[in-house]
Amino acid sequence: METLGYLIDGFGVALAPHNLMFALIGAFLGTLIGALPGLGPANGVAILIPLAFTLGLPPETALIMLTSVYAGAMYGGRISSILLNIPGDEPAMMTCLDGYPMAQKGKAAEALAISAIASFMGSLIATIGLILLAPLLAKFALTFGPAEYFALFVLAFATLGGITGKNPVKTILAAAIGLMIATVGIDNTGTQRYTFGVLELYEGVDFIIAIVGLFAISELMFFIEDRAGGGKGPMKVNKLTLSWKEIGSIFPTTLRGGVLGFISGVLPGAGASLGSFISYTLEKKILGSKGHFGEGDPRGVAAPEAGNNGASSGALVPMLTLGVPGSGTTAVLLALLISMNITPGPMMFTQNADIVWGVIAALLVGNFLLLLLNIPLVGIFVKLLSVPPKYLLPIVTMVAFVGIYSISNSAFDLYFMVAFGVAGYILRKLEIPLVPIILGLLLGPEMEKNLGHALTISDGDWSVLWSSGLSITLWALAIIGLVLPVVVGPILRRRMKAAQENVG
Amino acid sequence: MAFKTPLKIIMAAALTLGASTAMAFEPSGKVECIAPSDPGGGWDFTCRSIGNVLEDLDLVPRSVQTINMAGAGGGVAYAHTVSKRAGDEQLLVAASTATTTRLAQGQFQGLDADMVNWIGALGADYGVIAVSKDSEYENLNDLMDALKDDPRAVKFAGGSAKGGWDHLKVLIAAKAADVGKLPKIPYLSYNNGGEALTQVVGGHVDAFTGDITEAQGFMESGDLRILAVLSEERLPGEFSDIPTAREQGIDALGPNWRGFYMPADISDDAREYWVDAMNTVYASDEWKELMKKNGLMPFHKSDDEFNEFVKQQIQDIQELSQEIGLIK
Repeated sequence: METLGYLIDGFGVALAPHNLMFALIGAFLGTLIGALPGLGPANGVAILIPLAFTLGLPPETALIMLTSVYAGAMYGGRISSILLNIPGDEPAMMTCLDGYPMAQKGKAAEALAISAIASFMGSLIATIGLILLAPLLAKFALTFGPAEYFALFVLAFATLGGITGKNPVKTILAAAIGLMIATVGIDNTGTQRYTFGVLELYEGVDFIIAIVGLFAISELMFFIEDRAGGGKGPMKVNKLTLSWKEIGSIFPTTLRGGVLGFISGVLPGAGASLGSFISYTLEKKILGSKGHFGEGDPRGVAAPEAGNNGASSGALVPMLTLGVPGSGTTAVLLALLISMNITPGPMMFTQNADIVWGVIAALLVGNFLLLLLNIPLVGIFVKLLSVPPKYLLPIVTMVAFVGIYSISNSAFDLYFMVAFGVAGYILRKLEIPLVPIILGLLLGPEMEKNLGHALTISDGDWSVLWSSGLSITLWALAIIGLVLPVVVGPILRRRMKAAQENVG
Repeated sequence: MAFKTPLKIIMAAALTLGASTAMAFEPSGKVECIAPSDPGGGWDFTCRSIGNVLEDLDLVPRSVQTINMAGAGGGVAYAHTVSKRAGDEQLLVAASTATTTRLAQGQFQGLDADMVNWIGALGADYGVIAVSKDSEYENLNDLMDALKDDPRAVKFAGGSAKGGWDHLKVLIAAKAADVGKLPKIPYLSYNNGGEALTQVVGGHVDAFTGDITEAQGFMESGDLRILAVLSEERLPGEFSDIPTAREQGIDALGPNWRGFYMPADISDDAREYWVDAMNTVYASDEWKELMKKNGLMPFHKSDDEFNEFVKQQIQDIQELSQEIGLIK
């Protein structure tokens, strides 16, 4: 029952008026970002990180705002899937299957409302799962020594393929770039590496700058390239007529989707795509001929939405308890945590209990806010989608620059951010994934340090790395994590494509 | 708060009166305090809290503006003060043992301690050496004897980098206990004291080196046994049960002080003003209250005494760092 006490304290944090306000702002901006075609949650959070710094927010408020952005982006992703048949990101692909047909039949408002309710249910179930599971995992805190941490980070890298990998070689390349950047600075033993006598480089490359550059600035460049002109034509949404009976009929679907999504979110590397895919296919199996999937069945909208929102909250479990991100977006959130002097991992639940529980409570609160925002206000988001980027772009750019400058008041950081932006643009053109770079940057130094420590403790005996039950388990999971996505990933992607083509 | 004010003013006036009549310098307009770190750290605390006390005591005309200038462990701010702010009589920069350590080890390239004015220190967090409750070591001598037999026998974990202040505290104690073979003593560096502590409490590393405020939580929960505090006398309050290294026959001191330096080329009058201002702050009830709340222990040095202390500390750290081969 200790958990309940913490959670109540967490609500105290989350419901403080200013935190509530930033949760609302985050949820609104997140939905908007999610709704922009092609802009996924990882980029959305990266773009809004500088906003937190610009406003000089304290850690818990910044985190609450950005988790709301995260949740909001997952909600928003469905808007463009349903209305335009353009998924905002990979997990939203499944929502197109029945969502777009529904919209074509003139039931866009119903599809949007159903997906909002399903998203809400998915997130709710997964957040409850997070509340139950996270403290259990955090109990392992003291059993993690250097060898176990090293194995854990190996696990994180091994599962990278599942997060991003279409092309494993490019994933490895990206991780290597990240690890290389991570070596810049004064290392653990006090030796300078690649600092070239430049004082600004002594503490290494600030990964917030790298993230904002790689994700946000490069995104701006893509925007300029693709859509420099006016906005999209206005879209019409019919008046909402949704009965309680219809909501009731999707209830079991959302329940199943949420649970499945949560499980696939918790498994590092599986992520939201798997969550939405499994939920959709399972739903189709269960209902069989009773449904008319692919032709605009409401349950075909509800299942993947519940699945992908469940997965996105589930992905917070490994991030908060182990410091290992389960998805691209949680990698970005992890960077934010580290930059706020909070060491993620099992210790966080004792050292920063107020922040962790505040964030978890904020997820619950944010969910209600999102449901409220998304049903009556969906028209506003649809209208905002047609705002020409020429107005949006300068605002986003300005926020990014002011935010980064306010971290350390140094113009040096701005040059660095722009350089990362250009690099990010080139890398994305080459289809090299960016998330492994960030992971390399984040986890590289920790991994190196723990390896060093493990070997110091054992006086140079390498077998210390697999000498405890926990570390052996982690190594085993790492191997599974490395192999499984390589086998399952292409099958999953092919099926998702096939399912979409069948419909289209 | 409101009723306290008259007393406060009288006290402040009484303390500054003697000096201020002869004083040609008075700060006017904006006073800045550079915290060479991101918001939230120790230096940031030093700037903001001392700034508030200066303001409450009417030692500054308006508020003190804290500027965060992170980078190179204080090196960016140090270089900025030396190269761009010389002669600026209204600039304070927060410093601590971390500053002297980096100066001693030449980590602020081409810069040394003579390039700024050392004003004063206003409190310290004392070093401790601790083990988990299940450890075989009952006191500091047990632990040092083990190190004398084999310098690799005890592995230490701390929150600073290798060669940083937490590492140096182990070496200071080991040197005072005549351990020898100092470079052989294993030191594992973690991101912060909390992480190092969990490794010690979890039984992965033998001993913890850090500051008393870091160890307080696990000390209270009974998971941690503090073998010695590296202070001159026993610390007040709940820490009074912890023996000092000195009373165990090991003459080792490890205060992590908090204080300020100012740019070079300021007038003697200005220097005198700020030294007096810091003395006034140190004597004030506001500051005593803040120190207590934030786990800072009494430690006060100012003006020439502080200057000498800083130079001596730098020299000591330099010798130790050479001995362990960190610098040439």
